[in-house]
Amino acid sequence: MTIDRTGTPLVDMRDICISFGGVHAVDHVSVDLYPGEVVGLLGHNGAGKSTLIKILSGAYGMDSGEIYVNGEKATITNPRDARSYNIETIYQTLALADNLDAASNLFLGRELVSSVGFVDDDAMEAETRKIMARLNPNFKKFKDPVSALSGGQRQSVAIARAVYFNARILIMDEPTAALGPHETQMVSELIQQLKAEGIGIFLISHDIHDVMELCDRASVMKNGKLVGTVDVADVTDDDLLGMIILGKQPGEAA
Amino acid sequence: MTDTTNDTGVTTPPAAKGPIARFLQATELDTRLLGMIGALALIWVGFHMYGALVNGFGAFLTPRNLWNLSVQTSSIGIMACGMVLVIVTRHIDLSVGSLLGFCAIVMGVTQVWFLPQIVGLEHWSIWIIAVIVGLITGTIIGAFHGYLIAYMQIPAFIVTLGGLLVWRGAAFLVARGETISPVDSTFRLLGGTPEGAVGATGSWIIGMIGAAVVIALVFAGRSQRKKHGFAQRPMWADGFLAAIGAGAVIGAVLLVNAYPWPRGVVRRYAEAEGITIPEGGLFISHGFAIPVLILLAVAIVMTLVMSRTRFGRYVYAIGGNPEAAALAGINTKWMTVKIFALMGFLTGLSASVASARLGSATNALGTLDELYVIAAAVIGGTSLAGGVGTIYGAILGAFVMQSLQTGMVLIGFDAAIQQVVVGSVLVLAVYLDNLYRRASK
Repeated sequence: MTIDRTGTPLVDMRDICISFGGVHAVDHVSVDLYPGEVVGLLGHNGAGKSTLIKILSGAYGMDSGEIYVNGEKATITNPRDARSYNIETIYQTLALADNLDAASNLFLGRELVSSVGFVDDDAMEAETRKIMARLNPNFKKFKDPVSALSGGQRQSVAIARAVYFNARILIMDEPTAALGPHETQMVSELIQQLKAEGIGIFLISHDIHDVMELCDRASVMKNGKLVGTVDVADVTDDDLLGMIILGKQPGEAA
Repeated sequence: MTDTTNDTGVTTPPAAKGPIARFLQATELDTRLLGMIGALALIWVGFHMYGALVNGFGAFLTPRNLWNLSVQTSSIGIMACGMVLVIVTRHIDLSVGSLLGFCAIVMGVTQVWFLPQIVGLEHWSIWIIAVIVGLITGTIIGAFHGYLIAYMQIPAFIVTLGGLLVWRGAAFLVARGETISPVDSTFRLLGGTPEGAVGATGSWIIGMIGAAVVIALVFAGRSQRKKHGFAQRPMWADGFLAAIGAGAVIGAVLLVNAYPWPRGVVRRYAEAEGITIPEGGLFISHGFAIPVLILLAVAIVMTLVMSRTRFGRYVYAIGGNPEAAALAGINTKWMTVKIFALMGFLTGLSASVASARLGSATNALGTLDELYVIAAAVIGGTSLAGGVGTIYGAILGAFVMQSLQTGMVLIGFDAAIQQVVVGSVLVLAVYLDNLYRRASK
């Protein structure tokens, strides 16, 4: 499948910079994302990929740069702003409150309330049952705190949270890091399905195999700088490895 | 696997389970709550039996003692409700005792030094203005603590340890170390004197409303479950819960109405009203004390806040995982300010009760209260690791602490032994709670 990149990109991050105490964690990086596209973000630990994505999700405020969503300049200073642009994030740590049940986590910050303003736990549980029936039909532990769930079940809660609120732009930070083969397969299928619905996905991964299989393009970062963005179909595993480890463009001599 | 879980997440019991397990499952009663009520009952019966056997007089399980116990618990209980929120969000507030003293002094100065000069002594508005001033003082100081913790990023332990010293000293400075009395006579009713109780008829009205609400809640729960197609509790279990809840309320009414005014108070009242006291004396019931009703109102409102509002949900979310709460778009700093402001508000309310009960405002009022409040919350199952804690638990914890102290006074233990016992019970309670949590995982 080829991605139509002639229109306006869903997200266009231009010249983003952020530094922490003099360290340039992200240094003049530009990436973009089109509808129905999966863009992989690759790099070592500390390359700046999670930081870059946390700027888009509103967790960090950037020092300089611009973000365009659907061609319009977006102001994202906190997670609420990001959500208002239909940007949803699945964090590597899953960002779940362990003491709350699945429904409370799914709706955290966006609770359904009754006419008098009280949180409507029953309605939220009913909605959670619906979305879980689609994502993970084996999920039954609706009353337990999420600390009692397995890694895969916790992951499906985190994914359900992103999917339920009609994300247009989805950020997945190492979505399969803690999963078994069966659950990894489930996540892959979900990515294909979301892609077909026209959702754009940023996929952060360490695993080159994942990226080669799931992504359309890959942007590689090293030491806070963008090494380059390549079409996955045009490169080999070794090319990507060269970009990650040596920071060189494919075809360039080592 | 002996249990099978059906689609609605309710575990169906196999026939092999004992009647107690089946009962607990059907009623969905919190075993931890039952444990605490059991412990409290054990303490009560224990002190009563000890008094009956050793001293020849069981003084604990009498309407008089239990009524006084309820009044003495109010002040700590009100603050413990706020402390739950503070501890659940992984903070601590060591300043509540001093803040209580400061609020009491501010209220005392307002109603004894200032207002009589403006509106006249014993004016109807004095107690209202005094209480409002106390509540505002507490709320502003609490919010200020919260601001320092959230935005200046000074640990709560340090901010409130500073507050512990600052507000005690400030109270001394405001009143120049004087004891301020007498407080307004209407204000005194907040402390729960014989006149500061609602009487037999008032107690019955409150009791009837309470019983009706309990029954209505149980059946509203049934229709709510039906609407969403969730599994119902068996009818007998719901009926049992309604009966126990309503029965407890009625029992409390009978108890407080069984405690008559002391003879001296009756004589004064009879003289004032021009009634002749009949042969054998006049039986005038206390009924619920006003501070107990204040505690009850705080408990109900705070329980609703914690379980039914976004604010309460965010308190638990921040306690469970502060980072996740922030990533979910919750303004955790502003929440911290609000939580400490609420703690300050409840401290101001508690200061009204405490100084009304004493009939004056003294600099030393509330000394060591912070430790009793924290202990009440912790005995009531609030985890210092954050994320876990209930309002009813904290109030039960306050009752446990007060029962131990009252009980030891009644059987004649001296203050040193009281301290040893209360301190040991605190440690033991947390240990037992750890065991319970591990076993229920």
